[in-house]
Amino acid sequence: MIPDTLIPLAVLLTSFITGIAILLLGEDRVRLRTALNLTGAVLKLVLVMLMLWGVFQGHAYQTRIPFLPGMDLVLRADGMTILFASLSAVLWLLTTIYAIGYLEGAPHRRRFFAYFSFCVTATMGVSLAGNLVTFFLFYEVLTLTTYPLVVHRGTEKSMKAGAVYLAYTLGGSALVLVGMLWLYAIAGPFDFTETGVLGDLFAENRIALTVIFFLLMLGFGVKAALFPFHAWLPAAMVAPAPVSALLHAVAVVKAGAFGMVRVVYDVYGITVCDEEALLPAFMVLAAITILYGSLRALAQDDFKKRLAFSTVSQVSYILLGIAMFGPMGTIGGLVHLVHQGIMKITMFFCAGNVAETLHLHKISELKGVGRRLPLTMGAFTVAALGMIGVPPLAGFISKWHLGLGAIESGHPWILAVLVASSLLNAAYFLPILRTVWFDQPDSPWPAPEGGRRLEASWWLLVPPLATAVLTILVGLLGGSVISPIHWAYLIVGREY
Amino acid sequence: MTVTIYSMAAIALFVLGLYGLWWQPHLLRKLVSLNIASAGAFLLMVALAFRGGDPDPVPHALVLTGIVISVSATAFAVVLAARRYRETGAVELDDPEERP
Amino acid sequence: MTGWTLGPEAGLVGFPALGAVVLAITAARGRRLVVGLTLAATLVALVMTLTRLLSVGAYEQDIGGWGAPLGIGWRIDGFAVLMLGLSVAVGIAVSIYSLAYFGDEPGDRRRALFFWPLWFFLWSALHGLFLSRDLFNWYVTLELSGLAAVALIALSGRADALTGSLRYLLLALAASLLYLLGVVVLYSATGSLDLAQVAARLTPGPVALAAILLITAGLVVKSALFPAHFWLPSAHASAPSPVSAVLSALVVKGGFYILARTMTGLWPAAVADGVLLGLGWLGGAAVLWGSLLAIRQQHLKLVIAYSTVAQLGYLFMAFPFWMEGVGEQVASRAWAGAAYQAVSHGLAKAALFLAAGVLIHARGRDDLDALRGLGAHLPVTATAMALAGISLMGIPPGAGFLPKWMMMTAAIQEGRILPIVVLITGGLLAVGYLFRIFRRLLAADDVVLAHPPPRILELAALGLAILSIVTGLSSLPILSLLRIGAPEGFAAYLESVP
Repeated sequence: MIPDTLIPLAVLLTSFITGIAILLLGEDRVRLRTALNLTGAVLKLVLVMLMLWGVFQGHAYQTRIPFLPGMDLVLRADGMTILFASLSAVLWLLTTIYAIGYLEGAPHRRRFFAYFSFCVTATMGVSLAGNLVTFFLFYEVLTLTTYPLVVHRGTEKSMKAGAVYLAYTLGGSALVLVGMLWLYAIAGPFDFTETGVLGDLFAENRIALTVIFFLLMLGFGVKAALFPFHAWLPAAMVAPAPVSALLHAVAVVKAGAFGMVRVVYDVYGITVCDEEALLPAFMVLAAITILYGSLRALAQDDFKKRLAFSTVSQVSYILLGIAMFGPMGTIGGLVHLVHQGIMKITMFFCAGNVAETLHLHKISELKGVGRRLPLTMGAFTVAALGMIGVPPLAGFISKWHLGLGAIESGHPWILAVLVASSLLNAAYFLPILRTVWFDQPDSPWPAPEGGRRLEASWWLLVPPLATAVLTILVGLLGGSVISPIHWAYLIVGREY
Repeated sequence: MTVTIYSMAAIALFVLGLYGLWWQPHLLRKLVSLNIASAGAFLLMVALAFRGGDPDPVPHALVLTGIVISVSATAFAVVLAARRYRETGAVELDDPEERP
Repeated sequence: MTGWTLGPEAGLVGFPALGAVVLAITAARGRRLVVGLTLAATLVALVMTLTRLLSVGAYEQDIGGWGAPLGIGWRIDGFAVLMLGLSVAVGIAVSIYSLAYFGDEPGDRRRALFFWPLWFFLWSALHGLFLSRDLFNWYVTLELSGLAAVALIALSGRADALTGSLRYLLLALAASLLYLLGVVVLYSATGSLDLAQVAARLTPGPVALAAILLITAGLVVKSALFPAHFWLPSAHASAPSPVSAVLSALVVKGGFYILARTMTGLWPAAVADGVLLGLGWLGGAAVLWGSLLAIRQQHLKLVIAYSTVAQLGYLFMAFPFWMEGVGEQVASRAWAGAAYQAVSHGLAKAALFLAAGVLIHARGRDDLDALRGLGAHLPVTATAMALAGISLMGIPPGAGFLPKWMMMTAAIQEGRILPIVVLITGGLLAVGYLFRIFRRLLAADDVVLAHPPPRILELAALGLAILSIVTGLSSLPILSLLRIGAPEGFAAYLESVP
């Protein structure tokens, strides 16, 4: 068996070594590369599940590497880690499968898959980071390793999107860096600790720590596409579909949201945040972002752009949840971290399938696509209904807890925001479903290539179907040990 | 007294040399200026070596080293300037006429 | 002391010098063998010096029993060995690179004939500089390394290289004279050239002020600190790529090294404080100005050369923390940060120039747009550039993050905001100029390589780039090395290293 201290490191290495090996392989070693990719993804999933079981049983997994005098790099698994890491590990496996199918025959696949692996390594680092400096390190690596993926097509348009992406995310990192520096100057080096590490310090340095809180939260907010820092996300839509999936569901926006979760719960502590009234501003900002993203989504005819603005809106549910003081709100926010990922990735897989098999990119072109791509569009329908909040799907669970939290924390206006947002969700998703299922196509769809029976290749179909099933299962099986909602309850029990 | 006169002269030479190095456009004039400045520096060293009684040998040794370096550097600069003149026909450092 | 007392550190100066002489005599015959032996011997000398340092602590060595002022007195401590380590690492990579860089064309053969003796001579002079501990030997080693560097810049014989090297030569000579004059003033006031003796005898006053201004002015020009940076870009960009790497990574560090040595303990605080503060301001200005100019360049090597102007600025931003009245914790943090920056920049910049050499070699031209689409053809080189870039941008885990972090924590402890603003802005600007390179490498253009570069060129660049990341993750051994013989009042931060 691997000793407990090495498992977190091993989780990182499974994808890091995969990435290096892929870089060293030739561009044309497709089979070996595919095997490596899948082996890495499966191994990582197994390790994360091992940790999940261990953490559930009260095991402590921790790797500690000295970095600077008095400052260590800490990798360790706690409840939050598991929530994020298992989401990423599951979705990475599926996205890898999808990407292999999606990029079949495309150029520069070696570069793509290598950076894809590095990107997931960084994401795992973010989830396993045991203190702020470790978090920051992987957070930055994540930004840099995503860049080649965003500009993968190499066109002028993608270069521009890449520049926008860098400007926003590194600007956000600069805020985080300043905040972190200042925080270390006041509090000294510390590890993430449940219920926070500041305690009495806050009263002594009220103004400084308030400013730091805003620096950190807004800095992480850039990656979480918080209004008004969201513009990079729709721009990044020029990237290939698996990259969009990665940005929206597995890694990037999630890392930003996860950063905010860590700051609120494991640095400041939710009680301090509440007592010092740090959160209402973010509650309002989240509410604005939710409504703004939905409204912008309504106006988009480009399929992926509508999904992107939907992400802007949906990710802020997480912030909304953590900005409410009260266990139910926290549960809603944390669980949405996972649920949003599962649902949104389904949608991007589907949008990718439409683009890949029929070369359609606009919603108005999708008339009757459901008949040509029934499985894809079936998956999409499940995810869209989930997003809207139809019980018992994933989105319903999140919204239910958020609603309870709003009442519990004494902010009934949040309920209005939730209702308005759900109506808007319905307003921009239901027309898609109508177009797809009930409209007549302008001309008959071309038959599948090579006389295949399936609507698209296996590689492209299995991932969206799997995530659609997950969207249903996480709602139905909320009581089981490995369900996200169960973990959210577990974490909340430790944070309050 | 003597020391003061020599020192003043040395500093005057040094400043004069640096002035020429900066303002003279022609490369050879720049080189001559540089040597004047070096002469100023060396003169100062020799002058300061005299502090009543026997002169201090250390500055003399240093001056010798300095002169060796100065001579070889000048020779090297002349070679470079000549080579550059052959390549480009330019005699000034920022010659606008310089052929690409 | 009597008789010959030679420690292993003598090999660091001696073996490259010997190699230079042998290569000058034997020319191209057996070059690989001589180069290989020289590299191996120098590396062994470094390892032995390090071993000795670790076992006995900082030590002094008078060559041939002659101490200062006329002999050669060396001091071997952590800082010196760290710089020597940087020099040996860069030197080995550059040498391996150069064996393949100078090809079989007649022009290349001729250049190689001059390159090897000059380069090993430069290497030897630099090691002498890092080992010396008295003011006059620094003058001599500065001149030796400067002359060798000028000759190396002129190697290509192209008009721009000749202009660049001449401008560098004239300025370097003028700078040396200023330095020399300052040394003379110091000698006349104290009767000594040894750092410790001068420090003990020097009293504040106009003489000390004149000396510090002259010496500092000379060294500022030598290390291309803003506003005396103007000679650097043309000189560094017009040199052959391995030479550019050595110039940017090592030679400009010579001036910084002497300044750092003299500013930690030589001068009375009354005269030093203003100079330290001034250097800090110039350093900050260099970071911003150099980065902005780097963003505006259209040629690959000019971008990298202006980046050197900016990155050197960080070194000097540490100086104001050494003023009187600043706590030892803070001063030592800034000191360690500056030393770390010298190493991290050296590794990353050398890697970047070597990689640039590969790209220019492959494409036959050096404008930025020539890079479009090259990443797909030369993934190893592109990776090397990316890794080195991470370090230059100051993003963890690149080595460039650590010095910035040390300086920023020092600044915050002193309550100084401006350095933090400059450090962070400088990092963002570095992202700006480096991604102008990276985005072109990733572009989808189809290009045909003029000359496929030899594999070993790519690997040498990659090796240094990887080393720059490794350095970013192994701060503790480096800081504990730096602790050995750290100047008085600059050890507090390092004491906490386990």
